[in-house]
Amino acid sequence: MTRFLLLLGMLALSLGPRAQLTIDITTSGGRQVPIAITPMAGEASQPQSVSEVVGADLARTGLFRLVNTSGVSPLPTEPSEVNFGDWGARNAEALVIGKIEPVSEGRVEVRFRLFDVQKAAQLASYSYVVAPAQLRATAHRIADVIYERLTGDKGVFSTKITYVVKRGRRYELQVADADGFNAQSVLASQEPIMSPAWSPDGSRLAYVSFDQKKPVVVVQNLAQGTTRVVANFRGNNSAPAWSPDARHLAVALTKDGLTQIYRIPSGGGDAERLTESSGIDTQPAFSPDGQTIMFTSDRGGSPQIYRMPASGGPAQRVTFEGTYNVGPRFSPDGKSVAFVQRDAGRYRIASLELATGQVQVLTDGTLDDSPSFAPNGKMVLYEAQVAGRGQLAAVSGDGRVRQRLTSAAGDVQDPAWGPMPTN
Amino acid sequence: MKKLALYLVVAALAAACASKEARQEPPVADRSTAVPPTTPGNTGSTTRQTPTGQGIVRNELTDPNSPLSKRSVFFDYDSNAVKDEYRSLVTTHSRYMADKRDSRIRIEGNCDERGSREYNLALGQRRAEAVKKVMTVLGVSDGRIETTSYGEEKPVALGHDEASWAQNRRADIKYAGE
Repeated sequence: MTRFLLLLGMLALSLGPRAQLTIDITTSGGRQVPIAITPMAGEASQPQSVSEVVGADLARTGLFRLVNTSGVSPLPTEPSEVNFGDWGARNAEALVIGKIEPVSEGRVEVRFRLFDVQKAAQLASYSYVVAPAQLRATAHRIADVIYERLTGDKGVFSTKITYVVKRGRRYELQVADADGFNAQSVLASQEPIMSPAWSPDGSRLAYVSFDQKKPVVVVQNLAQGTTRVVANFRGNNSAPAWSPDARHLAVALTKDGLTQIYRIPSGGGDAERLTESSGIDTQPAFSPDGQTIMFTSDRGGSPQIYRMPASGGPAQRVTFEGTYNVGPRFSPDGKSVAFVQRDAGRYRIASLELATGQVQVLTDGTLDDSPSFAPNGKMVLYEAQVAGRGQLAAVSGDGRVRQRLTSAAGDVQDPAWGPMPTN
Repeated sequence: MKKLALYLVVAALAAACASKEARQEPPVADRSTAVPPTTPGNTGSTTRQTPTGQGIVRNELTDPNSPLSKRSVFFDYDSNAVKDEYRSLVTTHSRYMADKRDSRIRIEGNCDERGSREYNLALGQRRAEAVKKVMTVLGVSDGRIETTSYGEEKPVALGHDEASWAQNRRADIKYAGE
């Protein structure tokens, strides 16, 4: 078991100049690829160290171990300057070198190369011409390339997350980079905000607002900042879930009595009832192919997860262990769902493999909630209660790697991991 | 036994205040001032006090000595059954509404923090509906009662123990205009 801490100055001004984000990573078992990431030539004079961000991104996955690069002099910046024997002696299996040079109009060129040390072979070489303010985003793109080249899976370092921060009576809906940096408030309210859900292209968020003294579903365009109330029927309106084609939202409404699942156009309009039970039906989630909706229902006595056709119809129960299995979220490949399971009074995130029915408990908290898969399916982001406060946490799909992102300020609730960037 | 439980609740509330996390909603009965029941559309403004020669008119809905000032029905864990000990509270409000034909209420269901937020929102709604059902059986017409839920979002007690949770599993009756 290895464990280490990254202490990072939080850039988000909204959290105050002294606020810090602590990322605590725990890994147990599994091999870590030793990778040497050298400081890039010219990056010391830039506002942002690219190599540090790349290293932090890769280390956070628990799949890599950063090899010490100190004492190597001069640091290589070109392939001809790499002494593979030296790096092999440091047990590095992969090596990253690079440089940053000014080009025209205040922009800089960032070039990086990735090598297989044992084979003394170049695996990737890219260059980016960007404004200095883009260096952090560029570092995430470099980490994405390295991650994909070495693991075969898409990296998610350039994605966004959203979550609700509660401080006193003030609620803020924030959007941040996947590493918690660049947090921006997209909505503030004196009333609760719940259940943010990303549109499939990441341009909009649907969420539950209590500004009207009752829950209504709102869709907000992130670039324009415009909002539209899309579900404000009699009673409660909540639990929005986007269809993969973004044309519809599945929502939970109480307009006909108890909470049931309905489908509405994502721009608002009439509600079409999808479930007909005498219990609570809520927390819908579309499968990635849009054919199926998973949801929570207590029609059988205890809350369990069911599935039905996306247009409604007969539902089948899919969870059978225990008396509390709620809040399903599909993996991007549609092969498994993450959900909240209660066991002996503790609420934890579990995953269900749909083909086999096998359930694996992924977390060890007492009050974990709100799981959502990273768009590459490798991690599950969730809310963990630590010392009485909500915090962000993430766990790998096999439960071996755990991250906890601890913010100094407020309760952090209801996270949701955004989609892959579209560009 | 009950006294001890109450003491623990009070102690928990005091502790919550002392820890400077003054996030809690004031208890429902203390929130409104002497506001007479009004038609929907009036917001409960503290300036709507009615001065008289002696000062402020006592309001039977908020006077601590009036049974109508008791507004919260508390529930057991995982339950939406209205317990016998709250029958008289619900009956009192039903009788008041039978007398005041223009009164309207909103019942707000709440849950403790345990479990999933969205499922708790639905559970809170079911608690509000359970209280509404008792009142309609007692003769209050369906259209005069609106139900909603705050789920686990508006706890009155902020501890993470049964004493706090018991305070948060409740349905609050609020009159239109409060």
